[in-house]
Amino acid sequence: MTVMVDIRSVHKSFGPLEVLKGIDLAVRTGEVTVILGPSGSGKSTLLRTINHLEKVDRGRISVDGSLVGYRRSGDKLYELREREILRQRTRIGFVFQNFNLFPHLTVLDNIVEAPVSALKRPRKDAVEAARALLDRVGLADKADAYPKQLSGGQQQRVAIARALALEPKLLLFDEPTSALDPELVGEVLDVIKDLAHQGTTMIVVTHEIGFAREVADTVVFMDDGRIVEQGAPGDVLDRPRHERTRSFLSKVL
Amino acid sequence: MSSDTLAKTSAAPDIPEQADSLRIVPQRRLGQWTAAVAVLVLLGLAVTSVVRNKAFQWGVVGDYFTSDSVLRGLWLTLWLTAVVMVLGFALGTLLAAARLSANPVLRSVSWGYVWLFRSIPILVQLLLWFNIGALYPELLGVKTVNLFTPIAVAIIGLTLHEAAYAAEVVRGGILSVDRGQIEAAQALGLSRWRRWWRIVLPQAMRSIVPPAGNMLIGTLKGTSIISVIAVQDLLFSVQLVYHRTYQVIPLLMVATLWYTVVTSVLGLGQYYVEKHYARGSERTR
Repeated sequence: MTVMVDIRSVHKSFGPLEVLKGIDLAVRTGEVTVILGPSGSGKSTLLRTINHLEKVDRGRISVDGSLVGYRRSGDKLYELREREILRQRTRIGFVFQNFNLFPHLTVLDNIVEAPVSALKRPRKDAVEAARALLDRVGLADKADAYPKQLSGGQQQRVAIARALALEPKLLLFDEPTSALDPELVGEVLDVIKDLAHQGTTMIVVTHEIGFAREVADTVVFMDDGRIVEQGAPGDVLDRPRHERTRSFLSKVL
Repeated sequence: MSSDTLAKTSAAPDIPEQADSLRIVPQRRLGQWTAAVAVLVLLGLAVTSVVRNKAFQWGVVGDYFTSDSVLRGLWLTLWLTAVVMVLGFALGTLLAAARLSANPVLRSVSWGYVWLFRSIPILVQLLLWFNIGALYPELLGVKTVNLFTPIAVAIIGLTLHEAAYAAEVVRGGILSVDRGQIEAAQALGLSRWRRWWRIVLPQAMRSIVPPAGNMLIGTLKGTSIISVIAVQDLLFSVQLVYHRTYQVIPLLMVATLWYTVVTSVLGLGQYYVEKHYARGSERTR
């Protein structure tokens, strides 16, 4: 199997606070990787470095064979121009904890915006594709609604459809259910599971252990800016080798 | 639970069973009534005095209200206001963008501009521009007095003044947009320009429009200050008349009424603009 995401000794600091202390991680094409860890462990920051929303201080990340945010020449990495970074981002879908739908645009316009303006697709085609995506996330009748008229779970499903509209090779989920009322978590996880079963490569930062057990090919446990352990869900979740993983799991389970 | 059982469970022993037959008597608000009557009496006295005081000369007001010179002055006031608002907000938006940019030089210059032009009273600024010829008798080979005509001075002075305030209004609007909106737009690969025009600005408009409407009305009335440099706006036009006829009060009433009419129309316009930018907000549900 080919590697979709290759992360090599990534370091990142915010001022004096080092949040990523050398991360190495490989995600294979078609696999689902779930990242667990306490808050402040750096898992969201790591996810954000993968589409260059955060710049790394050291190390490098490549997605589908090309370096993210940089161009290599000799032993130097030159930061790409914004236009090139934006083009890379269209191949990576990102779903935020707080949905971040555009409140002044209808659901349909939220989804159509990027394909039309970033990929220069004809609007008619983009609208057609958007309607199909809405159907897929079970919201075909909400095309003309505004985001604030929807429940949190519906908004997050729209956000997923919006990310899918770019037909990305990789989907990144940053705690997609953490801002939801408990009874709405299931509908969002169902959509993500559905995508997983269709072979979409994704990395999901979450606290949903049950979801990790059911869907993940690899579970990664992070703490204090490092990957403590990773492996099949059965191993990491049921037979953790490290004390820190054990104590974390005993608190969230 | 029916109202019957509710009444039974919550009724004290000495209250009759039929709780819904009890009449509710609201508090008597004696103070409010007294205040209302007093205000109405005072208002009535004021209106009567305005109507009955012959010195207002309402007939004269009617004669001049739509006279050519007044309408010409009104027209100048209107287009000058429009030009100053458009140029002021264009410059103000650039200043706001500079202030929020990552470039420390742009940030400082923008800050300095706002600091300087908010510090100088508009009247002082107009007089300075009006007398700029004393500093630079010639600009680009042309006599400065010919370049800086009263109307040019009015446009330059008012625009620079307006821009300083507009910059702060626009900056406030942009800051009111959630940071996550920009991140989402970046993650979707939207260009800087597109992020700005399609995502940030329309959302910023919700907080920009109310203070901008305030500024528009302020500018409309504020243009009357240019009468000091002899630009024939609405105020200067009526002054020209009353300097000739000595009908000071009725002509000031003409100006007052026109300012009120235009301000009301602008207020109405603001209502619709606000409604437009409230699309998708919770209150339009």
